[in-house]
Amino acid sequence: MKIAISAMGNSLDAEVNQRFGRTRWLIIFETENGEYEAIDNSDNYNAPQGAGIKTADTVAKKGCKAVITGHLGPKAFTVLNRAGIKGYNCQSGTVQEAIEKYKNGQLTEISSPDVKGHW
Amino acid sequence: MNMSVAVTEKPIISIASGKGGTGKTTFAVNLASTLSENVQYVDLDVEAPNGHLFLKPYVDKETEAKVPIPVINDKKCTLCGKCQEACQFNALLILENSSMHFPELCHGCGACLLACPVGAIDEDYRPIGKIQEGNSGKIKFLSGILNEGEAKSPPLIAQVKNKISSDLTTILDCSPGSSCPAIEAIEGSNYVVMVTEPTPFGLHDLRLAVEMVRVLKIPFGVVINKAGLGDGKVYQYCKEENIPILLEIPFQKNIAAECSRGNLIVEKIPGMKKRFLECYNKIMRQFRWGR
Repeated sequence: MKIAISAMGNSLDAEVNQRFGRTRWLIIFETENGEYEAIDNSDNYNAPQGAGIKTADTVAKKGCKAVITGHLGPKAFTVLNRAGIKGYNCQSGTVQEAIEKYKNGQLTEISSPDVKGHW
Repeated sequence: MNMSVAVTEKPIISIASGKGGTGKTTFAVNLASTLSENVQYVDLDVEAPNGHLFLKPYVDKETEAKVPIPVINDKKCTLCGKCQEACQFNALLILENSSMHFPELCHGCGACLLACPVGAIDEDYRPIGKIQEGNSGKIKFLSGILNEGEAKSPPLIAQVKNKISSDLTTILDCSPGSSCPAIEAIEGSNYVVMVTEPTPFGLHDLRLAVEMVRVLKIPFGVVINKAGLGDGKVYQYCKEENIPILLEIPFQKNIAAECSRGNLIVEKIPGMKKRFLECYNKIMRQFRWGR
């Protein structure tokens, strides 16, 4: 299963980015074989509007089933929800640590938008 | 001194500013009142219109302002994603099994309608505000009022401007700043009056607004409100840049008091009407030069 993690950098050692829509990087991690891909999200990082929508769209089109991030705004949440992707909150640590916590069921699901747009 | 007001041409005069709260509306309503007839006051500061507080118009017509939005017909839509590619505002999204539209991000440009290869997008309308028409004595009154929470004012500003009568001198009370709403309001006018205050903030934002008006190639001059406050840097700037100072409204308690009561200073402060008339004549002279 593929999961997407918002990250401060392009590797598993990078910190989890608390922002989703305007994250600089997205790590797409395949849980079955441990392979990952880093996606440069700078277009959305600089978008005047709709960053959450586009980033959620990227995640959906990559076929991810879960997202690990800090917070989800209303539009990003709506898109992920529609695409059947669950969001999980991870407040600190690296991408690698976040994936371990996810596998161990230690992350809480984000059940509703927990920040406003442009927070 | 010749105090007559030139009435041979019908100018459109924009009242703008970089900084908000400098006195655009104070100047605009008092100029309208000074001219008193064959004039229309147009409130284009649609996010916070307040000219009505001074002109106290009788409003006899109110219309709804709307913008077009796409409606996707799910039966026809093939989820090809062409509309999403065409949308520059991230307002449309095509997912694996469904489409999503975010009307608050939509600019109503219609690109998605053109991009759809199967004609699955229809146009609908969404209200964004209202337009009031009326009169205050012999002054024609027009005002745009943006709905609360609405992010984009330019479409409403454009619709209010469509209602301007070309046979009247037009005073446009514009939005502050130098971004889209200000440009939408100012474009097409013959002259821009920039109202500023002689403070560092006033000067900073005046510079930005001057840059904007120079790009638009419209002649302009400066009105200094709250003159006596702050420092001399706005005067120095205007001198260096060769920008005419059209009028100074002093920083005085009795002026502030009349404004806060919703009164017109040209009616309440002795000599003020004469100064506004002189200011208008300066505008008209420069207005003709600028043509």
